[in-house]
Amino acid sequence: MTDSSGFTRRHFLTVATAATGVVGGIFTAVPFVASFKPSARAQALGVPVEADISKLEPGALLKLEWRGKAIYIVHRTDEMLSSLDRDVARLRDPNSEDDGSKQPEYAKNPHRSIKPAFLVLEGVCTHLGCAPLARFEVGPAADAAEVGGDWPGGFFCPCHGSKFDLAGRVFSGVPAPYNLPVPPHRYVNDNTIVIGADAGSST
Amino acid sequence: MASTEADVFDRLGRRLGALGAWIDARFPMTKLIKEHATEYYASKNFNIWYAFGVLATVVLVIQLVTGIFLTMSYKPSAEGAFASVEYIMRDVEWGWLIRYLHSTGASAFFIVIYLHMFRGLMYGSYKKPRELVWLIGMAIYVCLMGEAFFGYLLPWGNMSYWGAQVIVSLFGAVPVVGEGIAEWIRGDFYISDITLNRFFAFHVVAVPLLLVLLVVVHIMALHEVGSNNPDGIEIKEHKDASGKPVDGVAFHPYHTSKDLVIIIVFLIIFAGVVFFAPEMGGYFLEHANFEPANTLATPEHIAPVWYFTPFYAMLRAVPDKLLGVLLMAAAIILPFFLPWLDRCRVKSIRYRSWVYKTALGFFAVSFLALGYLGLQVPTKLYTALSAVFTAIYFAFFILMPFYSSLEKTKPVPNRVSK
Repeated sequence: MTDSSGFTRRHFLTVATAATGVVGGIFTAVPFVASFKPSARAQALGVPVEADISKLEPGALLKLEWRGKAIYIVHRTDEMLSSLDRDVARLRDPNSEDDGSKQPEYAKNPHRSIKPAFLVLEGVCTHLGCAPLARFEVGPAADAAEVGGDWPGGFFCPCHGSKFDLAGRVFSGVPAPYNLPVPPHRYVNDNTIVIGADAGSST
Repeated sequence: MASTEADVFDRLGRRLGALGAWIDARFPMTKLIKEHATEYYASKNFNIWYAFGVLATVVLVIQLVTGIFLTMSYKPSAEGAFASVEYIMRDVEWGWLIRYLHSTGASAFFIVIYLHMFRGLMYGSYKKPRELVWLIGMAIYVCLMGEAFFGYLLPWGNMSYWGAQVIVSLFGAVPVVGEGIAEWIRGDFYISDITLNRFFAFHVVAVPLLLVLLVVVHIMALHEVGSNNPDGIEIKEHKDASGKPVDGVAFHPYHTSKDLVIIIVFLIIFAGVVFFAPEMGGYFLEHANFEPANTLATPEHIAPVWYFTPFYAMLRAVPDKLLGVLLMAAAIILPFFLPWLDRCRVKSIRYRSWVYKTALGFFAVSFLALGYLGLQVPTKLYTALSAVFTAIYFAFFILMPFYSSLEKTKPVPNRVSK
């Protein structure tokens, strides 16, 4: 049975069979592709962690781990806090308005924290995920070649030279596109911070 | 009646002949040997540059064999990986040798492949009718980069860890879905045991299978069109009465016997590195990788192994994440288009103008310079230099359609020169 267009019943069946095969192939691929996603165990191991900040001296940095990422908690001194206003013009996104940086609401202020003194950051460079180093010394420090002479103190990424201030805000002209992320966190009491969950989340 | 020696050999010869005929009736053994060795004619004027294809095959075999033996003692888990590599180095009999052969083989693979590719650039081996040979070869190169990247995580040293972290984060540069893709590749929120286990699967099963398949296809495509030569002449255009190219000699025994000498020299140098400088001053095995992976501390100075540094330097040259990643991807994709970017009819650099020679010279220098810069700590000067050399690298490809079509070439001889 040939029709005028030359498209026969056999052609139709061939196309239909091939199309069915492709659809079946896609469905079969789903479990394999999905098996790459974080497993139930990986998700269970990614639950929130607690940090005790009662012994954190002013000017000191506490490092801990959540989901394999370094979490930095900095107890900022008053000088450190006042230095935040100094270089606003050199920052890419001083008020954390960029959507790409996915900040929690309580980080959208100049000091980027719930309590001004305590900064909680993911130690994960927004460029390619290296752990930025704490470079809190002000001015032409020993490593001026890295951070430049007029350095207000902050974080320096050794991988590709990205720079961040003492609120984790990124400087202009470096590869990192966004401010250092602030992880979801909340205060259980004055001395304890839970990292990985904030007041709004269910966990 | 005792049979003479001649009789014995005569009988043996006839039996072997019969066995061959039995196989040939069922599998094209003799046909394959003829097509790919004893009756595959390649130009008689090959120089040293034509040895790197054979050497790449030799290194592939070294990597496959040593890799299989390493798998027998290695444990692909965050708990056990680092310790199992130390176990191989210290407790497994000859384990240190097998591992050094494998780690040196990785660097040797890239040295040989880069020289093999440069040969192609010099003598126009990517041009018609060898476009597919070039494309398949580029695919092999990309697979090789993947294989090296997956393999580099396996020792679970601190540089392994952060190298993988940086490369996987590259995918995070893709707008919107990037982070999801990076998480999907890792199978976790960070580079973890899960990531290590799946990279192991890629490194020892998936990519090697693909590599071997692509190498077979590469050689089949080459043998279909025939090898190029330093003069860039098609030797098939001049055949004798029996249909053999007059400027060609059979691959076996003529090229194989010469290649055997080159292989021996190569293996002497290779063994020298394995026995006397397996770390190559931190270039083949990076010092930061002698301490186990630490999720909280990036090594002070992070750099990939030398064979990736040209692209790494490009990434660092751009102060924008997405742009840097796109540039790096473009640098790897652009050479695929070489057969169509080059408009010059003359293949070999011997008969091309100063324009191409200069361009190729600039390209080679910029590639080496980027390789050096990618190893260094980023300073303002180095970043600026990286940007300049990145521009030259791209200009070589992007401007090629223009400068190659304007070339005043020299006359190409009909027959190969000595």
